[in-house]
This record gives sequence, structure tokens and C-alpha cells, in this order.
Amino acid sequence: MSFPWSKEYKPSHPLMTWLDERLPLPRLVYNAVGGGYEVPRNLNYFWNFGFLAGLCLVIQIVSGVILAMHYGGDTSVAFNSTEHIMRDVNWGWMLRYGHANGAAAFFAVVYLHIFRGFYYGSYKAPREMIWLLGVVIFLLMMATAFMGYVLPWGQMSYWAAQVITGLFGAIPLIGEPLKEWLLGGFAPGNATLNRFFSLHFLLPFVILGVVILHIWSLHIPGSSNPTGVEVKSESDTVPFYPYYVGKDGWTIGLLMIVYSVFVFYMPNALGDPENYIPANPMQTPAHIVPEWYFWPFYAILRSFTQNFLIFDAKLLGVMAMFAAILVWFFLPWLDKSPVRSASYRPLYRKFFWVLVIDVLILGYLGKAPAEQPYVFVSQLATMYYFLHFLVIVPIVSSIERPDPLPFSITESVLGHDGAAKLAKD
Amino acid sequence: MAQEAATGAPLGTEGASESEGVRRRDFINIAAVSAAGVGGVAVIVPLVSQMWPSADVLAESSTEVDIAAVQPGQAIKAVFRKQPVFIRNLTPAEITAAQTVDNDPKQLAALRDSQTLAQRTKEGHESLLITMGICTHLGCIPQGAGTGEVKGEFGGYFCPCHGSHYDTAGRIRKGPAPKNLEVPEYEFSGTIVKIG
Repeated sequence: MSFPWSKEYKPSHPLMTWLDERLPLPRLVYNAVGGGYEVPRNLNYFWNFGFLAGLCLVIQIVSGVILAMHYGGDTSVAFNSTEHIMRDVNWGWMLRYGHANGAAAFFAVVYLHIFRGFYYGSYKAPREMIWLLGVVIFLLMMATAFMGYVLPWGQMSYWAAQVITGLFGAIPLIGEPLKEWLLGGFAPGNATLNRFFSLHFLLPFVILGVVILHIWSLHIPGSSNPTGVEVKSESDTVPFYPYYVGKDGWTIGLLMIVYSVFVFYMPNALGDPENYIPANPMQTPAHIVPEWYFWPFYAILRSFTQNFLIFDAKLLGVMAMFAAILVWFFLPWLDKSPVRSASYRPLYRKFFWVLVIDVLILGYLGKAPAEQPYVFVSQLATMYYFLHFLVIVPIVSSIERPDPLPFSITESVLGHDGAAKLAKD
Repeated sequence: MAQEAATGAPLGTEGASESEGVRRRDFINIAAVSAAGVGGVAVIVPLVSQMWPSADVLAESSTEVDIAAVQPGQAIKAVFRKQPVFIRNLTPAEITAAQTVDNDPKQLAALRDSQTLAQRTKEGHESLLITMGICTHLGCIPQGAGTGEVKGEFGGYFCPCHGSHYDTAGRIRKGPAPKNLEVPEYEFSGTIVKIG
């Protein structure tokens, strides 16, 4: 946000003055991520993941555009061109491992970013739009990651395409025609692979566009902070540059170390070896599992095994899986507590951690085979997941007695605030 | 030009006497927007339609299989529309297992997708169960057609993806799948079966 004390962009060179009067792009950058953007001084490390997510998007776009120069989106060559990238293209192995593990890094960072939003109530007024756009980005990421996973046309690629498009077949009446329309055939084939390639190339740029809207809407109220108390005076903020650019830079280094360990020392640790077998429409792998970042949602999908009223089990599973994310859209209105940060909400905080454990359990179950006792446990975990959002959050937010909030960000950091004393007197 | 704009611009802001009733300009506005709308929709039609299966995909719509060598207790997998079809020659025990359910109205009604073995086979060829090898849940290929494969709790097919059990008539008995294994269109001519 532009506070009264925010610094104004001052071109230091006649050329920049000339540019500023014609196309004030440097001014835009200065006000968005430079010295002109005032940010709360008390942000902890959980506020770094937005910047890191942006970095991951850049890594994915750069490595992806290059990979597309060597890849063939045709079922007769897709698998072999992927191996060609791995074996023949100069540094091709690094680009592909970097892209595959880059997707995992992107999801890891975004999950931590979402965690931050949940814990510190970043979705609350006046920041609802930032949250809604964030959920949109997450949905786009899931679609993009899924279609990218199909491209190498290995066994898991093929059967992932079969299972995921099968989800749409569950919709009553229009399901089967819709599935054929999505696939361009009766089963995943050349038409499917080609369109997934085209969309996998397009969607990251759509994500980039929504990210810009996400940041734009963030800059209207400005960043939230761990206390959830709004900025009151100049002593509450520091300029984004150099303070948070420096801090983000340091965490970029940390992320790159972890990322490099995966890319260079264990590039296949997160992947499924089954995908190094070329796609075979006549043989289903014994155990179909998505990549780790989809496990919790996959567990919810599989937890429905009985028909209920007019809905069959398959449709219920599909609806629940989508609802598990769509319910996030309503979170700003389900959580009625005026206190943002869970640090000051003793009751909500307990339930929040139970939800985190519940999601981790769902993640474990999404990987497990579709047998007892896993199915029964995932039914319980799924039930709790929805109970949290639809019952626990609204009730807790209306009966809870929050802890006293600090007067200001400055007081929370320094233990005293001149303005607070003034207000008391 | 400037004069036209000056008289034409204040559309809704003219005096009350002039804004009442339909004017020539309203007609032009509605006609222009309508034409643009129809044109826009007309452009969307081919953009959406190109996503449907193309002519060459649709052309692969029938398959012929010789079933002379399929002995009771054996099953073969054929390919139809790039998808597997199970052709299974049922043993007397398997037929009995399916008919036990058929002949008990209570059990038959309790089926998720209630059908008898007779409804799922052709007259004169009751021992030949021909179904798509596609689980009706999310499209995996069930096990049970190959030798040594798991046949599930009901002796028919078992889908390993999400644990759907089918019986010896290919009917869904347990697990998340909503429907029985689909029976495609087919006809016999001698020992040849034409699917599709």
C-alpha cells in the first residue's frame, strides 16, 4: 500500500526521467517490489514463500520453453523424444530433471504459502480478493501439472490421463460425451496428447497473468503480518527494497540448495519408476498413484465407496475432491472471527493443527493402496476435513475469546510504542 | 463528422420528450450488437467442435475376433477403439455362481446395477461373456482375464486401482464403480464375433 510515508520514485538519470514521462514502468516496479512499497517490519519467514513461488514459476517457464524445443507431442515419438532429451540433448537431463523437480518445488513452496494464509488469517477482509485469486492460481497449477505429467507418455502418464478424464465421466448425463470431448477419442490418444501439450504451454502464462492480479490486489491493502494488526504508523513498516529483497534473496539461496540436492543427487526420488515404461493402453499398472502433491485430494476421491441417495459413489468422490478445494473460496466468510492471526486465537489454533495433521494423514492414505484399513481411515479423515471448514471454523469463530492483541506492530516488536502511550494518555 | 458526433453522442441524456419511444439509433444499436453476438457464437462452434473425436478416430469403430480357441475357463483380451475387450468363456461353475444371484429376487434387487447373466449375453452363446475391459469407476483395466490374475472376491474381475470387485457376469458387487462392466454391441457369425 501506498502509505503517506511511502517513498516516491525519483529518476536518477535523465534517460530514466525521459522514460518515466512516457512509460512509467520503472516507477511501477519501484512501487511494487522496490523502495516504494512499505511492508510491516515484523514479517517472519513464512512471508518468503510468495516470492519463492514466483521464482519457481520463472524456473518452470524457462526450462519448459526450452524442453518444448526438443519434445514431440505425438504418441509415436513422445516417449522417445523424452528419452532423447535425457540422453542426447546437451544438458537435456538437467533441464528435464530441473523441470520435473521444479514442479515439486513449486507445489512445496505454494503449500507452505497456503499454510501461512490459513494460520495467519491472510484471507480475511480486506484481503479476500488476494485469497480468491490465490485459489484460482492453485487450481490452474494443478491442471498444468497434471497435463505436464501426461506428456512423457509413459505408463503413469497414460493412466493418469485415463483416470482424471474418467472423473468427468462421472457427471450425470453430459459426463460421457464430455469425456470424449476432452480426450478427442474414446481413450487417451494422439488428440489427447497434442491438446495437453498445447494447453500445458499456455496455462503457465495464464498463471503468470493471475499472479500479477494477485500481487496487484495485495498492494491495495498491503501485506498482512504475524500479529494481524494493521499498519498504523511509519515505525510499523520498512521499505521492501532493500529489507525484504535481501531477506527473500537469502531464502532463494536456501531453496536452491534443497532444489539442487533433488535435481543433481536424487532426481527420481519423487517420481514413479512406472513412468519409464512406455504407455500401454492394454495394461494398467498394478498401483496407480499421482505425484505426491495430489495425494490428499486423491485420498478424498477414493474414500467414497457407497452410493448415497441419487448420487453414485463415483460422482460423490469426484464432487468431494473438487469441493475440498472449492471450499477454500468460502473461507473468508466461513471464518467470522475479526482476529486474523491464529497466534491470538487459542481455540482455533488447536483445530488448525488438527487439520494440518488430518491433511498429512490424507496425504499418506492417497499414496496407500485402495484396501482396508486405508479406505476406512480416509473416510474418517475426509469427514473431518469438511467438518473443519463447514462446522468447526464457523462455530469456533463465533464462540472463541481471543487473546489481547498488541496495540501496534511496533509494540509487538519493541515491547513499547510511543503512539500507544500517547493513545492511553 | 464532428457535428454528427455532437448530435449523436448524448444517447441517454437527451430531453425526456425525445428519449421516449424507439428511435432509429436504438434499432441500429440492437441490430449491430445482435449481429456481433451471432457472429461471435458462430465462431465458437468450430472452436468447440474440433475437440470431438476426429474422423479417423471414429473410423476405428469395429473389431472382428475369432473365438474358436477360447476354452471354458479361458479369457482373451481384444482391442476395440484402442481399448481392451474381455471375451470370457465361462465355466459351468461360474455360470452357476452368476445364476444363483439371478434366481434369487432378493439378491438380484440388491445389485448396484441389477442385470441377469442372460441380459448380459447373447442367446445361444450364454457361456460367452463379452464386456469392455474398462472399469466403470475411472477407466482402469480390471484384472481377471489373464492367467494367474486376481479375480476378486466374486470370482470375476478385480480392478486394482480403487478396489472394485466384479462377479462372473461382470457385474459390480463391491467397491466404488457405479455400473457393471459395459457390454458392447456385438454379433456372431460362426466362430467370429464382430464387436462394434
